[in-house]
Amino acid sequence: MQEIPLTQILFVSTALFFIGMYGLFTRRNLITMLMSIELMLNSVNINFVAFNKYLFPDNLDGIFFTLFIITIAAAEAAVAIAIIINLYRSHNSIDVDDASEMKY
Amino acid sequence: MMNYNILIQLRQELALALLIFILLFIKLGKDRSNESILNFINMALLINLGAGFCCHETGELFNGMFNTNALIVFEKNLLNLALFIISMQSFAWLKNNKNLIEFYILTFTSLMGMFFMISSGNLLMFYLGLEMSTIPLAAAANFDLTKRKSSEAAMKLILSSAFSSAILLLGISFLYGTTGTLTFSIITAHINGNPLQLFAFILLISGFAFKISAVPFHLWTADVYEGSPVAVTAFLSVISKAAVLFTLVNLLYKVFTPIADTWYLVLVVLAAVTILIGNLFALRQDNFKRFLAYSSIAQVGFILIGISGSSQAGSASLIYFILIYIFSNLAAFGVVSMVSALTGKENISDFNGFYKTNPMLSWVLTIALFSLAGVPPTAGFFGKLFLMMAGAAKGNYGIIIFAALNMVVSFYYYLKVVKSIFMDENNTPLEKLEVPTVSKIAMYICVVGVIVTGLASVVYDYINSLSFGL
Repeated sequence: MQEIPLTQILFVSTALFFIGMYGLFTRRNLITMLMSIELMLNSVNINFVAFNKYLFPDNLDGIFFTLFIITIAAAEAAVAIAIIINLYRSHNSIDVDDASEMKY
Repeated sequence: MMNYNILIQLRQELALALLIFILLFIKLGKDRSNESILNFINMALLINLGAGFCCHETGELFNGMFNTNALIVFEKNLLNLALFIISMQSFAWLKNNKNLIEFYILTFTSLMGMFFMISSGNLLMFYLGLEMSTIPLAAAANFDLTKRKSSEAAMKLILSSAFSSAILLLGISFLYGTTGTLTFSIITAHINGNPLQLFAFILLISGFAFKISAVPFHLWTADVYEGSPVAVTAFLSVISKAAVLFTLVNLLYKVFTPIADTWYLVLVVLAAVTILIGNLFALRQDNFKRFLAYSSIAQVGFILIGISGSSQAGSASLIYFILIYIFSNLAAFGVVSMVSALTGKENISDFNGFYKTNPMLSWVLTIALFSLAGVPPTAGFFGKLFLMMAGAAKGNYGIIIFAALNMVVSFYYYLKVVKSIFMDENNTPLEKLEVPTVSKIAMYICVVGVIVTGLASVVYDYINSLSFGL
């Protein structure tokens, strides 16, 4: 069976990263922006696993890094959602454009 | 046989972890008055600071993931000192706050993350420390739960820091892909400057630039500083910046040595833009915290010039400047936090005629601003001088002249504040403030620090003896 080359996997992960970045810059809903950041982190996960499997299969550095990224992304999401809930209480909205009192 | 080495090498982290546990038990236990808790915490922080100086030992733990030496211990002591001063200054603000223990738990956790980040000898450890230091800070920025600006600031901080750590992670993943390891010492041997490694380096340095708010990545800074409570702003602007800068120097001088020419250019461009934009925006601010935010951006520009010198002097002048920056910036934040906690006013125009009613606070603020601007008798002048000299070692005098000219611009906005304190007429100046004794002591420490670190050459010599070069 033919193996998928590394470059194609890297292409997917890079595309995913920039789709996430695009989402972060264009979406105005805070939850969607958070999801975009998760997308970026997941593309990094793909990178790590692919590098580990294709180039350095002897040790598991990349796989372990992925586990830690997943854990920390969960912690980050927990704090971010708590902050968004508190923002909703004071602003009655989770649109970033409504939370723009401070400028310049 | 039990190995006691681990206890000695990890003692600063373990002390903080112990403090966090004690605080959790105080929180669970019977009600105590806020003042007694605050006094206890301040005492504990003082003991923690003193114990930090007791012994230092070179070594590494966990297969090189964590390493420590005299320089790293000294850097951690600096951060402990800054936290101690901030804690004493926020006495008036925390005295009436029923959630004060949470504030300390968040800041201690963040500081512990920074300690691990400074000591890291492995990219995984570095990333964990970085996240451990930023996530609690976002929660702390939202500490004034009912204030609209506070939640806006926290939202901006968590989104931008998550974004920056995603960029940093992409850089780390490419670095891993090209070198096959996460350990700093092995990565150095594999760096040869191929395009993918350069791309990884650019991503890494962008992530760092976010955290130290160097210019193309500074947009979150002013908003977060303005919205957060003053104690958190002081923490962000001094401790978190200092920790990331220490790590940056460690990475640049020890890991990215083979591409030193590349990162020299990157640092010089970043420094020039950072100084210029920071100064220009600081000129037009009226809110004191926003003003200090832009002034701290400009200071980071000067620090980057010193780092670009890539010598022992570069590393030593950075730590020396951070020491001075702790004293002078915290003195300024101390006065602002006092005024903010007691009157709720944070604008520079509110300080008109401040000298008539509060001469002591006025002098503290003036000395702090003189030191930030770099007026000779204060330590700030020597700090900037050493940074410039370290930067000039590379022979690129254009950037040094540019920075010196920008120092003149910065005099204008620092002295404008001094003018409004001493000279401007105001029919309704701020009333006389009752400063708690603890906060007074913190301010005296800062003022003495600003003067003594400038005049006593022992300090710089000691730091220089600890530092390392390229």
